[in-house]
Amino acid sequence: MKVKSFFTKLFLFGFLFGTTLTYFGCQSKSKNNVDNEINQDMEKNDDFSNELNKTKQVFYSLPSPIETALLLKRAGAKFNEDYLNPVDNISKYTTQKSMALNLGVYSADLSFVSMFDQSQLSVKYLSATKKLADELGILNAVDQSIFKRMDSNIDNTDSLMEIISETFMNSDSFLKENDRTETAGILLVGGWIEGLYIATQIAKSTESNSEIIDRVIDQRLSLATLMSLLQEYQSNSDVKDILNQLKGIKVLYDKINISSSKTEAVTDSTGKTFIKSASKSSYKKEDINALFDKAIALRDSIVS
Amino acid sequence: MKKIIRIFVFIGLVSLIPMAGQAQCKTFAKKVCKLELLPYVHDGIYNATVLSEGETAELYKTFYSGQEYRIAICGAEELPPIHYQVLDAEKNVLYDNAKNNYSDTWDFKLESSQQLLISIQVETSDELSDEILSGCVSVLVGFMNQENTFDQN
Repeated sequence: MKVKSFFTKLFLFGFLFGTTLTYFGCQSKSKNNVDNEINQDMEKNDDFSNELNKTKQVFYSLPSPIETALLLKRAGAKFNEDYLNPVDNISKYTTQKSMALNLGVYSADLSFVSMFDQSQLSVKYLSATKKLADELGILNAVDQSIFKRMDSNIDNTDSLMEIISETFMNSDSFLKENDRTETAGILLVGGWIEGLYIATQIAKSTESNSEIIDRVIDQRLSLATLMSLLQEYQSNSDVKDILNQLKGIKVLYDKINISSSKTEAVTDSTGKTFIKSASKSSYKKEDINALFDKAIALRDSIVS
Repeated sequence: MKKIIRIFVFIGLVSLIPMAGQAQCKTFAKKVCKLELLPYVHDGIYNATVLSEGETAELYKTFYSGQEYRIAICGAEELPPIHYQVLDAEKNVLYDNAKNNYSDTWDFKLESSQQLLISIQVETSDELSDEILSGCVSVLVGFMNQENTFDQN
């Protein structure tokens, strides 16, 4: 009896010790990453830097598919269904990685068709995102009431955007709250790649395409954020694989020269601020074409 | 044996506490903070966490030229004010809400696309208390779905 009691206590001690170690191990890993970033970055703004040493959480926020679609529309993009990943491809996606990536892809396509008032395609792509969300176990992220709301707002772009934003937030928050942050990250990669793919397709098929190319070049900033996010989860083999592919795109972005002037914030009488800072890019045509080709190849490998 | 079961049940319940906090944060972000974005359209990205007084969080995001944005940073009612600063890549402060009566929101637009850092801190309470206050803090970003509403001069 005493032996049994001893082993029971030993087991409990081991369990509690292990749990405690795991918990604090995770905490200190996160803290170390944050400290490293702070040590590298913080030279100015001393008052706030003292407080940043206690940073508890770092968020890397990527452009959502809706924002990317709006940026493309504003840059003069024209709608073309050929740019989208056909919904018939959905049966090809059977692994967690391919489902998460293509949920991002279809979310981007859904945003794109809604932004360009393609109501029938909106319903089709919403169905595709719902199917993949269900298969990924994102419960209630896309419920049936969304379809009813979509039906009754089919001609109202603003309402459709609101519905898509809500659907995306439900998926994103569900994954983050259920310790599936890696999957949330992979989903965002899929959405980002599809946005970049659509932008490159538009740039290739448009004559006066300087504004679209500027938007493609802007994506280097989001790529940096995306890679920072993924680096936190590179122990996951899917994430590591995606990260390596993104590094190939980053090498090509690094060939583009960017010069920026000093930033100045000017606030108007209504409290809105305009952040002034001129930026100029220069590149060789073959380098930008190589970037386009790389983006297209990566996207094709995701959807095929 | 009953004692062991009780210990496991206790451990199980304790491990659920952070999840309950996260679920509350989602509701807080959706029901409270998202409304602060109106009339801007929420970008669909969810950022929320439980913070205690004195603790900080950071958000890195690329903001694009020509787009009008609103950042909404909201803290649960029980928390002291949320102080935040928006900094550029050179760590120059572009906005400090402490100079604007701890406003929850900030509207802005950029001449050129930039990655900005939003640095958030829960202020410490002035009241003397043994209890450290904690609660949800949510950071949401919205954009204007129509052409320029800004006076750029």
